[in-house]
Amino acid sequence: MQHSLLTLTDIRKSFGGVRALERASLELPSGAVTALIGENGAGKSTLVKILSGIYQPDGGEILFDGKAVRIANPLAARALGIGVVHQECLVFDNLSVAENLFVNSQPVRGRLVDWRAMNAKATAVLRDLDADFDAGLPAGHLSIAQKHVVQIARALTHESRVLIFDEPTASLSQHECTELFRIVRKLRDAGCALLFISHKFDEIFALADRYAVFRDGVSVSDGRVSDVTCDELISLMVGRPINQLFPKLETTPGDELLRVESLCSAGEFENISFTLRSGEIVGLYGLVGAGRTELAQVLFGLRSASAGTIKLAGATGLALVPEDRQSQGAVLPFSVAANIALPNLRSLAPRGWTSTAREARLARQWIDKLGIKARGPEQPVHDLSGGNQQKVVIAKWLARNPGVLILDEPTKGIDVGAKAAVHAVTGEFARAGGAVLMISSDLPEILGMSDRVLVMRRGRLRGEFARLQANSENLLRAASEA
Amino acid sequence: MKPASLMRWESMLAAVLLLEFVMFSTLSPYFLSVDTLSDATFNFTERAIVALPLALLIIAGEIDISVAAIIALASVAMGLASAHGFGTTGIAGVGIAAGLLAGCINGALVTLGRVPSIVATIGTMTLFRGAAYAVLGDRVLKDYPDSFAAFGQGYLAGPVSIELALFILFAIFFGVFLHRTRWGRAIFAIGANPVASRFAGVAVNRYRFALFALTGTFSGLAAVLLTSRLGSTRPSIAQGWELEIISMVILGGVSVWGGRGSILGVVLAALVFGLVTFGLGLMNIPGIVMSIFTGLLLILVVAIPAWVNRR
Amino acid sequence: MSALRLSSFSDSTLRDAGFALVTLALFGAVTLAFPGFASPRNLAGLLDDTAILIVLALGQMLVILGRGIDLSIAANLALCGMLAALFNRAWPDAGVAPVFALTLVSGGLLGAFNGLLVWKLRLPPIVVTLGTMSIYRGAIYLLSKGAWVNENEMSRDFLAFPRHEFLGISVLAWLSIAVAAVFVVALRRSRLARDLYAAGGNPEAANYSGIDPLRMQFIAYTICGALAGACGYLWVARFAVAYTDIALGFELSVIAACLIGGVAISGGAGTAVGVILGCLFLGIIRSSLPLVGISAFWQMLINGVVILAAVLLSARQRDFKRAILEVRT
Repeated sequence: MQHSLLTLTDIRKSFGGVRALERASLELPSGAVTALIGENGAGKSTLVKILSGIYQPDGGEILFDGKAVRIANPLAARALGIGVVHQECLVFDNLSVAENLFVNSQPVRGRLVDWRAMNAKATAVLRDLDADFDAGLPAGHLSIAQKHVVQIARALTHESRVLIFDEPTASLSQHECTELFRIVRKLRDAGCALLFISHKFDEIFALADRYAVFRDGVSVSDGRVSDVTCDELISLMVGRPINQLFPKLETTPGDELLRVESLCSAGEFENISFTLRSGEIVGLYGLVGAGRTELAQVLFGLRSASAGTIKLAGATGLALVPEDRQSQGAVLPFSVAANIALPNLRSLAPRGWTSTAREARLARQWIDKLGIKARGPEQPVHDLSGGNQQKVVIAKWLARNPGVLILDEPTKGIDVGAKAAVHAVTGEFARAGGAVLMISSDLPEILGMSDRVLVMRRGRLRGEFARLQANSENLLRAASEA
Repeated sequence: MKPASLMRWESMLAAVLLLEFVMFSTLSPYFLSVDTLSDATFNFTERAIVALPLALLIIAGEIDISVAAIIALASVAMGLASAHGFGTTGIAGVGIAAGLLAGCINGALVTLGRVPSIVATIGTMTLFRGAAYAVLGDRVLKDYPDSFAAFGQGYLAGPVSIELALFILFAIFFGVFLHRTRWGRAIFAIGANPVASRFAGVAVNRYRFALFALTGTFSGLAAVLLTSRLGSTRPSIAQGWELEIISMVILGGVSVWGGRGSILGVVLAALVFGLVTFGLGLMNIPGIVMSIFTGLLLILVVAIPAWVNRR
Repeated sequence: MSALRLSSFSDSTLRDAGFALVTLALFGAVTLAFPGFASPRNLAGLLDDTAILIVLALGQMLVILGRGIDLSIAANLALCGMLAALFNRAWPDAGVAPVFALTLVSGGLLGAFNGLLVWKLRLPPIVVTLGTMSIYRGAIYLLSKGAWVNENEMSRDFLAFPRHEFLGISVLAWLSIAVAAVFVVALRRSRLARDLYAAGGNPEAANYSGIDPLRMQFIAYTICGALAGACGYLWVARFAVAYTDIALGFELSVIAACLIGGVAISGGAGTAVGVILGCLFLGIIRSSLPLVGISAFWQMLINGVVILAAVLLSARQRDFKRAILEVRT
């Protein structure tokens, strides 16, 4: 292990009285991958923004190569050689790949941008990364995975020695992840110091040499990955051991509530047939882009099907908890009560007249039922934590008393505690006679929660497994190209 | 949806209104007479009638800057209808129908054409005003039947003009609709997060279309009142009114980013605005100078909260 | 090698080529019907008529590239035009250079005022420029006390400068050609312009690359304002009159030219060549209107049709299936 290239000591940062980081310390040795682990709100993204030069720390010290530095702005970060691969894929769709690599640092001849040199340099960097696309292509034409490669290439063109990967695999397929890991290992072997932020423990154990754990803005532990187990990391993260992650409630499937036959949506998926029965939790597994979200949206009626039938038993209602909580699920500036009321306005205001009292009553009922941590029905949803926001989104649909509940990545990006709560609610819903279709890319979640698992690949159903037959190998095999 | 900050804004408007009253009544001994006050209302009722539905539209996260052009188009349509021998009711019907049609064009562009409302209505503003010019050129239409003057010049009872009565009626209607019904709630939700609203089962595009059509219809109604009051139509009629109408809405505390606002605020803003116009008129200040004031007001109203938040 | 080939035939290049063909076809059609249309004399006149539009549209384009819009551009022009006329009336012998300096600086300041409000206070551009549009118009009235400045109050140099002919083309037209040439090169090859494209294309990513997107907007507004200011002098000299309402509504022609020229209203996309073609397209239509016997009062209606057609076409091109649920800004 080499000396630490980038060392953070006792970094502090607060926003209007809310502490995001408090005594956060981190060492990034060159030639090693350090995994940064922590629940949502542990301060990981604040740290990334400090290292990118977007935020200034309130206190603490940053040493680069043994010298104290100040990262005043993104240009300073770049000059130091700190590159960041952002989760949100910060790529300019309107510019060519080559130009993406050189934004704000275009090679010039005289005072004019030298396009020839820019394209040549970009091509060289992309060749180093074995990229399968051309430097002249508009970046808007690339896939998410290719855009990640563009971000890595951008860091390399600035000769970065420290590379930060902020949850890069969140929206990548298995194959694309493997490709990314190959590049990460290559960079490590070239002597870069790498910081890898991830929620996925299998990745951490496969890739990282060292780990560091943040909890509530404080670094609680670090060390070598080979010295810890997954369970130890989890309990370091949450500060308590998690014995039972998936409290699966035993149920007996009852009547059929939903029957889907030969459902097609042009360009998205085709020939999908399955049934959901009362009391059942059916997992829908697949890689990103397999057509699962599109299927859910067709079932819910947000898109129209091009062929096939959807039959709901009797007066069964259908609800969809969408993938993106903040942009699709909740109206963030609205109160908890107003959010829960939104899909229920027809029943809360049968003649059109709204009643704040009725809405508050309904909200209080669900705050209790789901254990939503809010000051009361009037608190705006954007003040709540991610897990509690998700509970509000689930509550607003459960309040409609649906027979069928579709959950699209219900625990994406929420912390372990909230995850368990969401799982418990889902289990309760099924036990009370509801049917659940749970879309998830999280294998342990799918395996732990489902009575049956459906697997989609490239818009088609490629397999169906009973609870006892499903395991990570056969699900993965069905989901990936043979 | 009435956060505390909005209530403060409305109290502030009420205070400004009071201040104006005190100022003008000391400036002019005739100000506090019923007749003067009744005259003063003509300075804002037509614009305020358009400001009401436009407030709903802006709360829903859209904007319509073609309102003044719709007024011109509707006025030209009425002039032509009158020339073709339509009666008073027929002329008014044509004006309102023209407004409705124009509003539907805006709505269709935004919903079916998926054009951002700023560009769509810049385009239709040009189109509608252009159509008015193309039809009339430099002509003036002024052959309206005598009874047509009633809309813009008539009184319902005593000093209450028909225009004022209509404004009060619609203010109450829009206030109740926006703040007390589930449709109003949906409008706020669409403005705050259109995607989540769509996922919550709100027919977002239907609301958008309806709000554009509504704003168009009320612009048509304003055209009836204005044309009736002036007794003539030129293609330049209501030139620059979009600025004043939007300013009223924004001054009323409706957020330019959508999702927040109240009808009470818009009504108070319309009164503040009307009194200022009237006051400046008393001091013989020409309209073009008034537009400086309006422009400054619009910018200040959005700039001051932004300035305060920046600290 | 394939990289270079791809980039030189990017989407925007193809669009420009297509639009050039459309403009040529329009020109050809008008010429077929009225052969005199293609005479050198008439073409020089066409260029002269379109020159100010070209300069303004290129300025406006910068603002739209950065995700803004400048509705006050014509009011800015009119205010600076009045300043130029008043300056010339007061100092008739000062020559043209100080007039240019005055209008460039005052126009730049008016543009910078828009830009500052957008940059420092993060106000929506549409609200800001709608407000300044009427403030600037009102200021002309205050400045001139509502009076006109007529031809007989302007010095000979002041009037003659843009009308001088050089190689059969007016100085006004040459100025617009020069500005157009600078824009064609600078938008492709200056770092400032490339950063503007980046900022308009993805403001958040630009921020992470050390570009302040709102500061880029400020720069765009300032340049746009300075160009509008200079056009104020050119306009007043060309039409030999200054009053409160000159160029009233001209911002709509400018925006029409940008949009039909392929500038994306959502920012970050558009070429100088496209905008110049857009101006020529509108110019050809305008100068052929009297030939087909349509009154000039139709110009505004045509602008409206052009704006709507352009935005509808570009909306078609966007990804259909995603847009159903996309958040609009």
